[in-house]
Amino acid sequence: MTRYIIRRILLVIPVLFGASVLVFGALRLAPGDPAVAIAGELASPELKAQVRKEMGLDQSLPLQYAIYLSKVLQGDLGKSIKTGAPVIAEILDKLPNTILLATTSLTLAALVGILLGVLASVKPYSWIDGGSMTLALLGVSMPVFWLGLMLMIFFAVLLPRWLGLPGPIFPPTGSGTWQHLVMPTITLAATSMAILARMTRATMLEVLRQDYVRTARAKGLRERAVVFGHALRNALIPVVTIMGLQFGILLSGAVLTETVFAWPGIGRLLVDSISYRDYPMVQGIILFIAVGFTFVNLAVDILYAFLDPRIRYA
Amino acid sequence: MTQAAALVHSSPLPSSSTFRKALRRFTRHRPAMLGLAIVCVFVIAGIFAPALAPYDPDKANFMLARQGPSAEHWLGNDEIGRDMFSRLLYGARLSLLVGLIPVSIGLLIGVPLGLLAGYFGGILDMLAMRLIDIMLAFPGILLAITVSAFLGPGLFNLMISVGIVSIPVYTRLARGSTLAVKEEQFVEAARSIGVSHLRMLRLHILPNILAPLVVQSTLQVASAILSAAALGFLGLGVPPNVTEWGTMLQKGRTYIFTAVHIVMFPGFAIMLVVLGLNLLGDGLRDLLDPRMGR
Repeated sequence: MTRYIIRRILLVIPVLFGASVLVFGALRLAPGDPAVAIAGELASPELKAQVRKEMGLDQSLPLQYAIYLSKVLQGDLGKSIKTGAPVIAEILDKLPNTILLATTSLTLAALVGILLGVLASVKPYSWIDGGSMTLALLGVSMPVFWLGLMLMIFFAVLLPRWLGLPGPIFPPTGSGTWQHLVMPTITLAATSMAILARMTRATMLEVLRQDYVRTARAKGLRERAVVFGHALRNALIPVVTIMGLQFGILLSGAVLTETVFAWPGIGRLLVDSISYRDYPMVQGIILFIAVGFTFVNLAVDILYAFLDPRIRYA
Repeated sequence: MTQAAALVHSSPLPSSSTFRKALRRFTRHRPAMLGLAIVCVFVIAGIFAPALAPYDPDKANFMLARQGPSAEHWLGNDEIGRDMFSRLLYGARLSLLVGLIPVSIGLLIGVPLGLLAGYFGGILDMLAMRLIDIMLAFPGILLAITVSAFLGPGLFNLMISVGIVSIPVYTRLARGSTLAVKEEQFVEAARSIGVSHLRMLRLHILPNILAPLVVQSTLQVASAILSAAALGFLGLGVPPNVTEWGTMLQKGRTYIFTAVHIVMFPGFAIMLVVLGLNLLGDGLRDLLDPRMGR
């Protein structure tokens, strides 16, 4: 087990190195002068020269990268062009909001997704199965941002009109109360819920065919005990892994969801920074997400090795 | 004929009768047929948009701005009075393009990389897999956002961004399938009679890993359309003068509470075509590659 963990941790190093080269290289490979990109087209020649010097653009590329990497390793992701504040401080300021949204969404997706998957697998090819899987198929086919906009219309316009209420049921934008969380959570959870439902159904169908399930039924256990006590517990192992991997989907979905609902997380900060051409901020957020995602995947892999011994001996 | 040569000739490529059986099974697979029908409607709409569109999709008419559906304008008019139905037809044309070209980029780069990594193994495999790991460190559309953010908006850049995202999917799939196929007896037999590496990859391995690649491509076109629409929605897609569904949603969202149809129809169109492709992909998977469906 220790050998597996060490090997898995060592694999993270080239990934992080490569991700930092990609983020560093993206600005350099982009057409035009990076100093102009950062200081802006209309900046004075003095300002452009200053940016060039600050970024070390007069140095060779490998040296520029070495300077960039040493700063990153010290937690210095540069300064925002828009606010002048350190990039890392802005990210850490917005991060709790994104984590809150991702957590509520993953919880909702897991609860509804697993329930739909179980219901579908218990009565395959019934109307419950058909309905659940249609819902799941719609979930993976629907653009996240469009679902957000449709929920806004439903909860802020249609439902209040039908119920004769003066204002929206849930606030369409902003943050601060639990009501603000409802629509972004449903929106962000939709895709993951659909994936989890399909995955749960597939693994449950497999598990329900196993001999020990037949034995459990043969010894007279109630169907509920067979499904939840014996089958689901075993079917959940691959589902838990998929849940860990949903973190990435949630992060990229958060970029869109936060934009739709003006939710003050790092996804919206990224989009705002792109439109403002705040390149240090864009670089910082992308690197931060890539590093975070890599470590979450590492944790999931190690957790999975604990759950399923076949992985660590493979 | 030696035993090895006989085995080489028995490489499990589908015969015409197997193909006919698969086709018959496909036509009986109702969800797949529904998916195919949706995709066909979408392709026809895209190709024949100039003939089918009742109005010029770019002609603004401020008198009709934000008007709802009517007998003259079936799906209403957008924020500057352009005909929504005509714009959706032209948008289908662009979605077809942003669905197919990025997937071709992914196929052309990802499949050879996966084939070579799986077939030769060793350092080549290690390097290819680390490269893919690096790309996968940027979850979902974040890689496409990264590329787009630095390359800037534009149709070409959009296709490159979305195309790059599909490379890891194909590399992993081609590598995994190659690893399985290269252990088969017919490959060993071909090797024993001295078949060259290139011939082996081209004639014996590639044809036998095509089924999962075809299935994945259908699902990947759906994913590319969604990604392109998302980039359009974030303002990283095509220039404003090009009709694209995601960009239509982005422009229309200001009027969401006063003119619902401006955001409802483009999103519905995206969902419908992606649903069609997913149904088709799921059906093809059931028929061509039952192992993947399990």
